This record gives sequence, structure tokens and C-alpha cells, in this order.
Amino acid sequence: MEKDRKLRILIAKPGLDGHDRGARVIARAFRDAGFEVVYTGCHQTPEQIVSTAIQEDVDMVGLSILSGAHTYSFPRIMELLRENRAEDITVIGGGIFPLEDIPKLKDVGIKEIFEPGAKLQDIIGWVRENVKPREAVSL
Amino acid sequence: MGIIDQILAGEVRATARLLRDIDDQVSSSQTILRELYPYTGKAYVVGFTGSPGVGKSTLVDQLALRYRKEGKTVGILAVDPTSPFSGGAILGDRIRMQRHFLDSGVFIRSLATRGHFGGLTRSTNDMINVLDAMGKDVILVETVGVGQDEVEIAQSAHTTIVVTIPGMGDEIQAIKAGIMEIGSIFVVNKADREGSRKTVREIRNLVELGMRRREESNGWEPLIVETEAVKGRGIEDLFQGIEKHRDYLLANDRGQLDDVLQKRARNQLMEALRDEALKTIVGRLESRGVLIDDLVRKVVDKESDPYSVVQQVLAEELR
Repeated sequence: MEKDRKLRILIAKPGLDGHDRGARVIARAFRDAGFEVVYTGCHQTPEQIVSTAIQEDVDMVGLSILSGAHTYSFPRIMELLRENRAEDITVIGGGIFPLEDIPKLKDVGIKEIFEPGAKLQDIIGWVRENVKPREAVSL
Repeated sequence: MGIIDQILAGEVRATARLLRDIDDQVSSSQTILRELYPYTGKAYVVGFTGSPGVGKSTLVDQLALRYRKEGKTVGILAVDPTSPFSGGAILGDRIRMQRHFLDSGVFIRSLATRGHFGGLTRSTNDMINVLDAMGKDVILVETVGVGQDEVEIAQSAHTTIVVTIPGMGDEIQAIKAGIMEIGSIFVVNKADREGSRKTVREIRNLVELGMRRREESNGWEPLIVETEAVKGRGIEDLFQGIEKHRDYLLANDRGQLDDVLQKRARNQLMEALRDEALKTIVGRLESRGVLIDDLVRKVVDKESDPYSVVQQVLAEELR
């Protein structure tokens, strides 16, 4: 009588900008989609984000960023996930990005980027389609 | 290295994944819990409960810092509510605990109630055991913001801290029969606000009344501590209060530690028994092609009643 696994998601804001409306809206939308959302607030370093993702055993990290610091923080987060053998955790980004940066972010392993105007239903649909709860640990 | 050794070695990812399996009720997690059980019983468990917004997370954050100063490692389990409509949750207790994110001596896990009543999650006791086995010296458990009757934490923690704030005087009256009975320590947080002394007095009155009534207080007189958690004020008093309660328990001269351990074990045992019995019975029903929905229909249609259905099911399935 095993139950369906619940998707766990971390919504994090790396860097120095304090505008977390977008992050809160998406956290709320994910909650309403039935996901468990860990929300940690603003001003997170890549190290804090990765440590939280691992301790909370999330299936996905959603990074919200408006400051332009993604060129540093996104690759650094991917690097830290690999160092901690946690590269199975899906990472997506949302916010404002120069168009030419998007392929670079995908190159370092960010699975998808959502820009302003992306519909909440589309983001949720993408998550359901692409993120699956991981296997159970065995003895 | 197998999962058991990884957990005993304090490996974070392995521990985090096991906690997930426990929360999701994956059956293999029970086998692992069984293997870990002999390694539990070393950690000291402190529970924090109280209404939403009284400052539980901030107190947990401050106390974690205080325990780290002692060189103790800390595990934190923080519960937030699951939406009854979507089944989803926003787990925000970490917002107040950011300074510990990079401290390898602190492990934080946010939990959603997932429909469980009582202030904790169904998985909390098992998770306490896992953090205990991974070597955490102190485990701080924060309940979901509770009302009056969510007293489960008192069965899981060695020391239970009931947190309130000034100006909830009438509410203290209202809750005197519920969570006001379970505090080993009462904290009046946000004590810079008007009415703090009055709140302390009211709690003292209730505590003294309760002491006279209750024999199970076992000689412990609940402490009352004023704090202003965001500024760190009163945290030392609270820390010393917990130490005092711990000394009292460990003295065990009236079997007080034994009481705590028995309560916890009984609670876990009964819960496991209930779960397994239900699972077994439902499994047997299903294997005979009897659906719970059909039984429900019978009750709705007044063809039968809940009591007869249960008697019938038990008579047939537990032969």
C-alpha cells in the first residue's frame, strides 16, 4: 500500500536583489499544484542553496533571479551539485536574462529557463512532465 | 558503504533521502529503521510548540546557535501545514535559520503535516530516530502552529517548550486544558511588548493550579522564561532552563526519565500497530475483492451502520 511520492521543490533566490514577488507567486502556484515547496527567502549564496537542496532532498531547484548575477550563481550551483554528487536534482531558472545568456545556462546544465510572461500553468506542466520523484534508497 | 553505515557516519545525502522515504511511507524504509533502532537513544529532544507567529522558528534558530557554542551538533525538524485542498505545502521555517545553512554541525529538515493532526507529522518520531542515529546531540522539533489540543510533541520530546506572546491573556485562559498542560518550560516571547509581566503572572497562576491538580508533574515545576528571540534576549535563560530540566530528567530519582521514554515508546508502538493492522486488514479485504468504497456505500444508504461493518470485517479478516 505505497503512496505516490510527493514532489519536493526548493524555490531559492540567489544574489543580492530583494524582489521576491516572483518567487512567492511561483511557490504558491507549486503549492496549489500539490508540490511541497521549501522557500528560503532572499540573498542566498550558491553554497546555501545547494546545502538546503540536499538536506531537504528536493527533486528540483527553481532559481529566481532579476539582478543579472546568474552568470556567476547558476554555473556555481551546478558545480556544487556535482561536487556533492547531487547532479540528479533538476535545476530551472526564472526571471530576467539577456537572450544570449540562455544557451550558456542550458550548457552548464540548467534544464529550462522561464522568462517574464511564462504562464504558471505552463511552468507547472513542464515540472510534471520533466521532474519525477527519485527512487527509494535500499538497504 | 551501505545505507546503515552511511547514516551512522552522519552522511547528509543518505540521511536526507531516507527521511524522504519515511515521509512517503516507502516500505523499505521500515527495514532500515529497524536496523537503526539499536543506535538510537543518545540524542536529547527539545520540542517547541505554540500558536502561529509567536516566534518558534526564531527561538529554534537562537537555541541551535547556543548549542553549537557548546560544541553540540544539532538536528532540526520544522513542521508547516499541508494544504487540505491541493495536498501541497509551502515550508518556510528555514527563512529564520539561514545562518546555519553552511554549518555541517546542523541538519535542518522542513516537513509538511500531510493531513496528520496533533502538531507533528506521521513521520516525526521515526525522523527523530534517524537524526539520533546519525549522531546529532540535540534535536529541536518545531510543531506546526497549533491551537489548543495538539499535544503530540509532549510524547516525542524530553523537554517541551510552549511558546506564547504578551496580549494573548484571554487565549491563555482558553487553552488551559490543552497545550498549557504539556510545557516543561513556558516562553513568553516578544517580551518587549506591553503586558509581558501580566502574561507571565497568568501562566504562573495556571501552572500552580495545575501542579496541585496533577500528580504526574513528578516534582517538576514548569519554568517561565521571557525572551525577545530576534534580539537574542533571554536565550541564555531558556538554554539554562532546558539544561535544568534535563538534569531533572536524567536524575531519574522518581522514574521521570523512564516516564518520558515509556510514553514515547508506547506512542510509537501503538501508532505502528494501528498502521500495520489497518494495512493488513485493508489488504485482505482488497484481495477478496471487497472495496472500502462499497462498505462506505452501505453505510451511506443505511443498509448497515459503521459499527456493524467494522464488527463484520474484523470477524472475517482476523480469524
